[in-house]
Amino acid sequence: MSKPKPKIRKETVPMLKQDPKERIQNFNEVSLGYSEEQAVAEAERCIQCPKPQCIQGCPVGVDIPAFIKEIREKNFSEAIRIIKEKNSLPAICGRVCPQETQCQKFCVLGKKGEPMAIGRLERFVADYELQRGVTVPPRPESSTGAKVAVVGSGPAGLTAAADLAKLGHAVVIFEALHAPGGVLMYGIPEFRLPKKIVQAEADYVKRLGVDAKTNHMIGRLYTIDELFERGFDAVFIGTGAGLPRFMRIPGENLCGIYSANEFLIRVNLMKAYMFPEYDTPIRVGKKVAVIGGGNSAMDSARSALRLGADEVWIVYRRSRAEMPTRLEEVENAEEEGIVFEFLTNPRKFISNERGWVKAMECIRMRLGEPDESGRRRPIPIEGSEFVIDVDTVIMAIGNTPNPIIQQTTKDIQTTRWGTIVIDEETGKTTKEAVYAGGDIVSGVATVISAMGAGKKAAEAINEYLMKREKVNKAT
Amino acid sequence: MYEIVTKQELVPHINLFEFSAKEIAAKARPGQFVILRIDEHGERVPFTIVDVDVEKRTITLVCHEVGKTTKKLGKLEEGDHILDLLGPLGKPAEVEKFGSVLCIGGGVMVPPLHFQAKAFREVGNKVIGVIGARTESQLTFEKEMREACDEFYVATDDGTKGHQGLGFIKDLLKERKIDRVVAMGPIVMMKTVSELTRPYGIPTIVNLIPIMVDGVGMCGACRVTIGGRTMFACVDGPDFDGHQVDFEELMTRLKMYTPQEKLAFVFYEKGGRSP
Repeated sequence: MSKPKPKIRKETVPMLKQDPKERIQNFNEVSLGYSEEQAVAEAERCIQCPKPQCIQGCPVGVDIPAFIKEIREKNFSEAIRIIKEKNSLPAICGRVCPQETQCQKFCVLGKKGEPMAIGRLERFVADYELQRGVTVPPRPESSTGAKVAVVGSGPAGLTAAADLAKLGHAVVIFEALHAPGGVLMYGIPEFRLPKKIVQAEADYVKRLGVDAKTNHMIGRLYTIDELFERGFDAVFIGTGAGLPRFMRIPGENLCGIYSANEFLIRVNLMKAYMFPEYDTPIRVGKKVAVIGGGNSAMDSARSALRLGADEVWIVYRRSRAEMPTRLEEVENAEEEGIVFEFLTNPRKFISNERGWVKAMECIRMRLGEPDESGRRRPIPIEGSEFVIDVDTVIMAIGNTPNPIIQQTTKDIQTTRWGTIVIDEETGKTTKEAVYAGGDIVSGVATVISAMGAGKKAAEAINEYLMKREKVNKAT
Repeated sequence: MYEIVTKQELVPHINLFEFSAKEIAAKARPGQFVILRIDEHGERVPFTIVDVDVEKRTITLVCHEVGKTTKKLGKLEEGDHILDLLGPLGKPAEVEKFGSVLCIGGGVMVPPLHFQAKAFREVGNKVIGVIGARTESQLTFEKEMREACDEFYVATDDGTKGHQGLGFIKDLLKERKIDRVVAMGPIVMMKTVSELTRPYGIPTIVNLIPIMVDGVGMCGACRVTIGGRTMFACVDGPDFDGHQVDFEELMTRLKMYTPQEKLAFVFYEKGGRSP
């Protein structure tokens, strides 16, 4: 007699969040994560497909059903070990990956109900391990003798470094800022990704044997060629897209107008929300307009609210459907009282008598035919101009690739957008032994896609180094 | 951690520091700057490089105590350490044989100008030096500049030493064949110099250090308008054509955090937290 099939819950186990009224008063994490019981209950929803679809949605190829099975059986340490075979930054990914467009998009449960909450489960086991002490896999018995320089310590660089160290290469990360993590440190706010989580996962990468040198700006301190002169055998460039874009409209340099990067660097990396206990100041007025519709726009708007703004608007030139941001963050922003002005674009900024922004002239937009990004192109509706009073503006209209390496390395080919040209399969640039990945290649994308690129390049670098080794031995 | 190996008071509240920083010392050129952070709670502050000593593996900076961070730095002694030192940043000054170069420095920017004056002379330029300060007792690096220049003048705002004000430069520009002017100092001074040289069409380079956070091109706090175009002083500069700079905008933007800077200073003076 066969057992009756247990009924599968259609909905995911909800995750507790800080109450919106409370959380806009602090910078503590909004999402509170699963308890053991919640994690196990969610894991029990997984039907363990014989041919799992979810894995194809993961840029680093985590064996998702296998780790969920371990959670179900309460083998949390084994679950995290499985994740870490492929992903060295699980507590970060569990928090900031856009799972709804990746692994969860392919989950079969999503056809009839809600897909598995894969990200929440990943976060749960990663936090479980961080709280109990992280296990570091033993170093490979013999070192390969090869030295690899990783430029930039964001998601791409950390992933490439971790994978290369695990393969027995000597790895040195060069980071320009004073802390490793790149965009995870300077870009994503504490309330979405606590900095102690970032430092704990960067620490894990160091404990794999990676030497992380902060305050080292490659391109100025050493060029790529000088890295080879200093004994490195291969270089991975993961310098990201950190150059803020401006609209080049009148009044953009008025006081009170920030790039999202400046605003977020002050708040996140420099902890300006704790001024004057921390020395870096920030100034947020009462009426704040954030221009843009991506994650940086959401992060800036929600930070401004927490810093005491009365009203915060997100001004976006397209409509809700075209917003390139994680769905959960839009919901969070709305819950907190951020107001969205869709199909609107600023035209100019108006100054008070002391050189500070006091108002912004906007124009309404309509959507035309899709452009090269596949999204419908916004077109200004002439005559629809209007003025709103603002005393702080944050320009969150995107970033372009950091240009210093390309400017100081002649034989690395770039596109007209300033990104580095690579071979898609290997991440190899046009320069011998130099590889690249992440936003420096793709332009602004996600943490996990940068990690996928770092992983792919690490494999190719390993192959290159081992082949060279053989040639060296033969001659 | 970066050790202070030498500290020397130039005038009250203006100190010269030599920091142990081997890699930066080997690479830094005149005109470049560093960003330093004293401790975990510290802000990132740019300082123009005053000199390097490759053998001693040190770089030299000069700090005028005007706010919380500079005051904290001024309290550190030889053997103390700062947490972060990033550099060299920015493009080096263009040092070539131009002919005769007029180097005009004001206040705490005289020491870094000295780094350039030496470099200009080394490649065969005739160097005419002008240094200035509010008053005689505030003058720094007078002896060093005198030695580095073929011709040398002093100016003070109050006339206590040398010429009063910078008006006499007009005569220099009229009487001499000057191929290039380099001005480093307070914004008002660099603006004045740029206006003086404009009618003569002499290339005039100014060194701009606006408010910065990261110093590596990411925040845009240091944006300046050069010939109508927005540029970032940290990566496109810090040297710019003085005839193209929107100095008014630069001055306004420099005052952006004045109330917060005052608050931080009071908080610090009242012992809000020990440095």
